[in-house]
Amino acid sequence: MIDPSLLKTIFGRLSFESFPIHEPILLVTFAGVVVMGSALLFAVTKYRLWGWLWREWFTSVDHKKIGIMYMILGIIMLLRGFADAVMMRLQQAIAFGGSDGYLNAHHYDQVFTAHGTIMIFFVAIPLVVGLINYVMPLQIGARDVAFPFLNNLSFWLTVAGALLVMVSLFVGEFSRAGWLNYVPVSNLQNSPDTGPDYYLWALQIAGVGTTLSAINMVTTIIKMRAPGMTMMKMPVFCWTALCSNVLAVAIFPILTAAFALLMLDRYVGTNFFTNDLGGNPMMYWNLVWIWGHPEVYVLVLPVFGIFSEITSTFSGKRLFGYSSMVYATVVITILSFLVWLHHFFTMGSGASVNSFFGIATMVISIPTGAKIFNWLFTMYRGQIRFELPMMWTVAFLLTFTVGGMTGVLLAVPPADFVLHNSLFLVAHFHNVIIGGVVFGLFAGMYYWFPKAFGFRLDPFWGKVSFWGWVIGYWVAWTPIYIVGLMGTTRRVRHFEDPTLQPFFIVAAIGVGIIAIGILAFLIQIAVSIRNREALRDTTGDPWDGRTLEWSTSSPPPAYNFAFTPVIHDLDAWYDMKSRGHERPAGGYRPIHMPRNTGTGVILSGLALVLGFAMVWYIWWLAVLSFVALIAVTIGHTFNYNRDYYIPADEVAEAERASLAAAGA
Amino acid sequence: MSRDRGRETRFGLLSRYAVSTGSTATRDERKEEAKGRRVSQGALRRLGLIPLLALAGCQHAVLNPAGDVALQQRNLIYASTGLMLIIIVPVLILIVLFAWRYRKGNRDATYDPKFDHSTSLELVIWSAPLLIIIALGALTWSSTHLLDPFRPLDRVAAGKPIDKKQVPMLVQVVAMDWKWLFIYPEQGIATVNELVLPVDRQVRFDITSTNMMNSFYAPTLAGMVYAMPGMRSTLHAVLNKPGEFEGFSANYSGAGFSDMRFKLRGVDAAGFARFVSDAKASGRSLSTPAYLQLERPSEKVPAIRFAAFQPGLFDKVYNRCVRPGTPCMSDVMMRDQRAGGGDPHDMRVGSGMPQGRDTAEPPRGTKPKGALFKDADEIAPAPNVTKERKPGAPGSTQPDSPRNRDMSFLLPTVPGIARTARG
Repeated sequence: MIDPSLLKTIFGRLSFESFPIHEPILLVTFAGVVVMGSALLFAVTKYRLWGWLWREWFTSVDHKKIGIMYMILGIIMLLRGFADAVMMRLQQAIAFGGSDGYLNAHHYDQVFTAHGTIMIFFVAIPLVVGLINYVMPLQIGARDVAFPFLNNLSFWLTVAGALLVMVSLFVGEFSRAGWLNYVPVSNLQNSPDTGPDYYLWALQIAGVGTTLSAINMVTTIIKMRAPGMTMMKMPVFCWTALCSNVLAVAIFPILTAAFALLMLDRYVGTNFFTNDLGGNPMMYWNLVWIWGHPEVYVLVLPVFGIFSEITSTFSGKRLFGYSSMVYATVVITILSFLVWLHHFFTMGSGASVNSFFGIATMVISIPTGAKIFNWLFTMYRGQIRFELPMMWTVAFLLTFTVGGMTGVLLAVPPADFVLHNSLFLVAHFHNVIIGGVVFGLFAGMYYWFPKAFGFRLDPFWGKVSFWGWVIGYWVAWTPIYIVGLMGTTRRVRHFEDPTLQPFFIVAAIGVGIIAIGILAFLIQIAVSIRNREALRDTTGDPWDGRTLEWSTSSPPPAYNFAFTPVIHDLDAWYDMKSRGHERPAGGYRPIHMPRNTGTGVILSGLALVLGFAMVWYIWWLAVLSFVALIAVTIGHTFNYNRDYYIPADEVAEAERASLAAAGA
Repeated sequence: MSRDRGRETRFGLLSRYAVSTGSTATRDERKEEAKGRRVSQGALRRLGLIPLLALAGCQHAVLNPAGDVALQQRNLIYASTGLMLIIIVPVLILIVLFAWRYRKGNRDATYDPKFDHSTSLELVIWSAPLLIIIALGALTWSSTHLLDPFRPLDRVAAGKPIDKKQVPMLVQVVAMDWKWLFIYPEQGIATVNELVLPVDRQVRFDITSTNMMNSFYAPTLAGMVYAMPGMRSTLHAVLNKPGEFEGFSANYSGAGFSDMRFKLRGVDAAGFARFVSDAKASGRSLSTPAYLQLERPSEKVPAIRFAAFQPGLFDKVYNRCVRPGTPCMSDVMMRDQRAGGGDPHDMRVGSGMPQGRDTAEPPRGTKPKGALFKDADEIAPAPNVTKERKPGAPGSTQPDSPRNRDMSFLLPTVPGIARTARG
């Protein structure tokens, strides 16, 4: 028999009992993951794709490839987060009249925690960052972002965080303390298990990635715009991306600090957020919401930008009120720092404080309302083509306006006293996050997909997906609004009042309809890849676009633009087209480009190991991976092989090929 | 909805306003008030269009409350929704209208690709929401102050001002894992998971929690207020109808959260006196050992009544010193301040703690050691939380075990109660 103390030194608190082998749901999921994972690994090995994946994708510092990888990560994690949503809806639909449903408290609490955490940190953020990554440098006429290696590292750190969350599904458990890992539930005393540690390490690692990425995007927008593109000639999407990333740079350190303090509580035994010995849990609530509310705008501002681009393009008009759009964005950015307390009016801050934060929250609806009007008057006297991106935009306008109204209602403190923590609140933020962020991300994906891959997405399955999401959204969330108004609160596992059950059954049906939307989206991608020749766009400008990304070929060459464009007008590409712009066919020069590196993958892998070791108290492994992290980082600073030139011949050949395709 | 209710709906919030400012209101304030009344009336008429009102007919607490505070909060929801619909409805209509009219297929519509700016339109689109928000902001400011949970009530119900000589009845609320303890200091009784209130009598709730953060919420009575460990929050409310209602925790607090419910019963004065004497007759006493036993995690706890409790229990709970030998937070803070010479800006934080505070047991069991300071022997293996675990393991319970509901330690007739309570 091995000495148990030696075993603990080697494996920390990891033991056979840590695996949830008594949970049939998890076992089946695990089996599914193993089967699909091995099939994928087998396919990659069989077709000898490892080298290609490593050289062309994993180590790539090309902002376009990193953008695409972010999108893939976001969509995969969407499936996981959505599975959690389905489980919750099923549980709430059946757990009535003494029935406990099919999930026990420990399991259900993990499910809703994981759902929120994944949807915000590993779905919404990667998708938004991915779109910004892909589109923004093209829109400002740049060849890459300001710090290409950092971009690669940011992506892989986000992946490491996502992987750590996924590992918690099969080894140990995830946090049961809500999507922001609230104390006192997540204090060491109340949750001595690995759940909150998984949460903290996953989000710290991913958070470093998000912060670095935000710094990178801000620098890119400020320093790398094409000549002639003054701030007020920048596309609205870039403006919103700038504001969103400025916000992220300002708030993510707060979250990191709050999590670090909680980590100190759990690992060192300090008392920042404990109930006793001078700690104060409310401090944590303040800190996470000082991050949390601006975070909403980190996500939604770029989406506003996407809608602005789409409305203008598909209405065949300049955007109405460009400068008021920009000012509205900036005003929202500043105001978003002044509203966090509305997440806990019921904490007892007193009437004047509550009124201040309530009114500050309402004031945000003024610039947001102005934006809605601007889109409205962009459509006015336009010629609207109802392609998929525009359909999503109209659905967004209708859905989001309602969500905005319920949001302002929640900002009235006495009304919030009865609606706080209710399902009305839950319905409200799903209304703005699905109806705003998700609809916008889909609109953006449909809009820029032909740019990224050179062919359009199949419209039939796109419409199925669209209607699935829109109808599903309303069927799923209207009943939740109603039960919220009846006084039903969130995170409840089973209910007493049988009259509520029909509403939850309707909501579960709604989730089923959304599932059709998601499935149709996946089918659409498969069908479009199969029919890509029929859907091919050779012009590089399939929608009659107005901004610079449409001036280059689809997919754009690695260097984006053979010649850096010079900007004279807001809608730069529309301006160039109306002046009879012709793509230059000669005079190419070698192009200076950053070289790929595997350091980002290695560092993130080490961060993942470090996180895992810390979660399970495997100290030797933690020390080892930390030392390795530092060593690889220092080692990378000695890597001088960072750039290369694409020879003029190669540029000429690539340009000739795309010109020939466009002419054909 | 009856006609009387309709009138109540319209003037509910504002008549309270009128009462509160009755003696000191300036003419401007009165004018403002009249304006507000017009707005809210108009708003409500418009509201008739939406299904919200249809719901008000149902027996559901938020929209059809039995307490005056909740009623005013409901009215405020209607008034603000109505105010916002003034702008939301036209916007929704315009979206559909423009999307349809300016579709590409429509040859009749004007196409003006250069139309991208209009100063007058810009003025309208910024000022229209601004005006609505100014109105809503004024409503927010006044209603937030009027319905501040710390503020004693002005009226028992619409048109029934409060008797100023009568002090509010005090009920002390303690959120425990996972049940509610209600202490009636004036009556000298306490209950678990059962809150009995005399109707039309103003009640002041002092609220705290033993460990988790909860939210004290009886939707029919008044809005929720957080119950926080080491802190005291306050809520003033009144129940206007007799009957049995639901109350629960509205803030997630761990495994037993979903069953953290209590019955709220409204009774008349005679009924309340009967309830008090019933509780007195129960013979159960919430002594310190019994309290410490009750405080431990348990779920689906049945309603229990106590004839007595140890004096000053609530103060000790929120100062976190019920367990004998633990220093009270208020004393520690006083000594902190004294160490700084009494200057409120020079608190010597921590100096008030008794010697060896790190070894002193905090109120709830021993403080766990930070993971980094554990020897290999001290690291406990972490079995999966969904696995059934040993009873009494920290931070967890067996969710479905009937043991959770076993409150026999509280019965004076059970021999060996002292031993159980210590364990």
